[in-house]
Amino acid sequence: MDWGAIFGNAAVELISPTTAAYALAALGLAVHFGYTGLLNFGQAGFMALGAYGYAISILTFGFPVWGAFLVGVGASVVFALILGVPTLRLRADYLAIVTIAAAEIVRLLFTTNTFSAVTGSANGLSGYKNEFAALNPLAEGSYGFGPFENNAYDTWLRIVAWSIVILAALLVWQIMRSPWGRVIKGIREDEDAVRALGKNVYAYKMQSLILGGVFGTIAGMIFALPRAVVPSNYQTTLTFFIYAILLLGGAATVLGPIIGSMIFWVLLSFFSGFVARAVEAGWLPFMTSVQGGQLRFILVGVAIMLIVIFRPQGIFGNKKELSFVR
Amino acid sequence: MSADAIPVDSTVAPQPTGSTNKPIKTTGLHIGEAEPGCAKVDPILVVDNVRRTFGGLTAVDVDHIEVPRGAITALIGPNGAGKTTLFNLLTGFDKPDAGKWTFEGRSLSGVPAYRVARMGQIRTFQLTKALGLLTVMDNMLLGAKGQSGENLFRALLPFLWRSQEEGNRAKALDLLTRFKLDTKKDDYAASLSGGQRKLLEMARALMSDPTLVMLDEPMAGVNPALTQSLLDHILNLKAEGMTVLFVEHDMHMVRHIADWVIVMAEGKVVAEGDPHEVMRNPAVIDAYLGQHHDEDIGEDSDVENQHVSAVKELLDDER
Repeated sequence: MDWGAIFGNAAVELISPTTAAYALAALGLAVHFGYTGLLNFGQAGFMALGAYGYAISILTFGFPVWGAFLVGVGASVVFALILGVPTLRLRADYLAIVTIAAAEIVRLLFTTNTFSAVTGSANGLSGYKNEFAALNPLAEGSYGFGPFENNAYDTWLRIVAWSIVILAALLVWQIMRSPWGRVIKGIREDEDAVRALGKNVYAYKMQSLILGGVFGTIAGMIFALPRAVVPSNYQTTLTFFIYAILLLGGAATVLGPIIGSMIFWVLLSFFSGFVARAVEAGWLPFMTSVQGGQLRFILVGVAIMLIVIFRPQGIFGNKKELSFVR
Repeated sequence: MSADAIPVDSTVAPQPTGSTNKPIKTTGLHIGEAEPGCAKVDPILVVDNVRRTFGGLTAVDVDHIEVPRGAITALIGPNGAGKTTLFNLLTGFDKPDAGKWTFEGRSLSGVPAYRVARMGQIRTFQLTKALGLLTVMDNMLLGAKGQSGENLFRALLPFLWRSQEEGNRAKALDLLTRFKLDTKKDDYAASLSGGQRKLLEMARALMSDPTLVMLDEPMAGVNPALTQSLLDHILNLKAEGMTVLFVEHDMHMVRHIADWVIVMAEGKVVAEGDPHEVMRNPAVIDAYLGQHHDEDIGEDSDVENQHVSAVKELLDDER
């Protein structure tokens, strides 16, 4: 068994753009769920809007990269407003129902054949990478070392993706230790109490929904850059993977979503490599390689269950908080 | 005890304000007879024709109330009288079917709860709403008004709000010291006892320098050891020039600290007056004792009966 290749492939995921995208989307959920207490089950919808907003702007309208970026962000702000205006005055569960449905509506709108000319329906879109590659200041060649060695485009993409993640993390860290963050955390604990102290709870929840949604949208763009935009990538399972990452790292933390995403992807890649080779080597005679491909999700599920059972506050969460959970 | 044993006298002279250990009562608050809806010399809150129904039940149907400024007014009444509903309506937490009310001459009908609070009318809740996973200090700081750091964009630039934050922190520490919570300032509010949470909620309300403090059952679930301290804090609010309106079931407390009492029953105001007089008002006795008044309540733990026995006890004290 080629352990070197298994660990090498797993290590690649540590800094891959996909990991960065999941980290950023999870950071958006941390703002929603961890800090504000908003149950957003539609993060996949925000990501889809980012990916499609970017791809359609470039392919159909020929926008520059920054224009496409702004279109995606604008679309997610509008999406957040549409979700928030009717539901944020109601109890938390209503937002959960509306977001999960709205994310599916977004995905199905991108899948339907009616808009095939623009969205590519089920086949999705590709061929929007040249504009981003053209901005690359790095010379041709290979950068990095060992499993982290990449060509110029991939290195450029990793630099941009992780810079955005770091900026977003610093932003969240700063606003959550400000009076704004205090109001937000107060709303999570009891919004009526915060309202009785003269804070416009509705406006704060809306700001939080938009901010976290925009993080999800930018994550969708990063997620789309190394691959094609395919609607089936944006199913509800995507949202649940991001929730898994968030709970793994710690819901109301800044580093949690980032480290959680790294652990999630490294584990996923490790199990996938391990199971595939174990099936090849005949260690799992009762299994075909197709079944083996699914087994990795079971193993990741077990790993996450163990973490949630033995460290329910997540990796970076504060144990003290849980002693008061009602 | 039978009904005719209760001294009924609607023209009782004002009671003497009492000895030195009793709080000084504010008198001369009303104009004319002390009757439901009577006018006050200097009203801070004026309520007109406020009605709220839940399906077929009329929870609140108040023709007119004036709450006197600079005094402690108690809102009492049996369970289901609509006291808390009226509180919710007056603070914007609920919307009435009809009616209007003004606070310091400004109309509050249709004004959302957070704006009511910003105008200086701050409330607390019957079930204490301490923000559990925030520290006691953060709870306090949340109460401060007009914080520039509460704007999302300014929040990014700490130098814009740091000095204001320091000022609020000093003020909060001062209040916490008064309420004997300063040693707890870095603990989660969830770790406080029920009574300490009540104190924290009151202290937090004071962070915004309110003009009218509305306390919904400030004594509910409070350890008797803390009762006296809570009472003193409420009396202090008056001493500092604030107006207090509170809902309470503890008749001893009402009689001890209230300057004026408004009695509600079945959604309506049935009596108003000085705490000593109002307890003898036949309408109040009816409201509380009603059909139960010649039944033996004994050791019954039913809440309603507790009020009845409390009223009976008070009437005995009065004689």
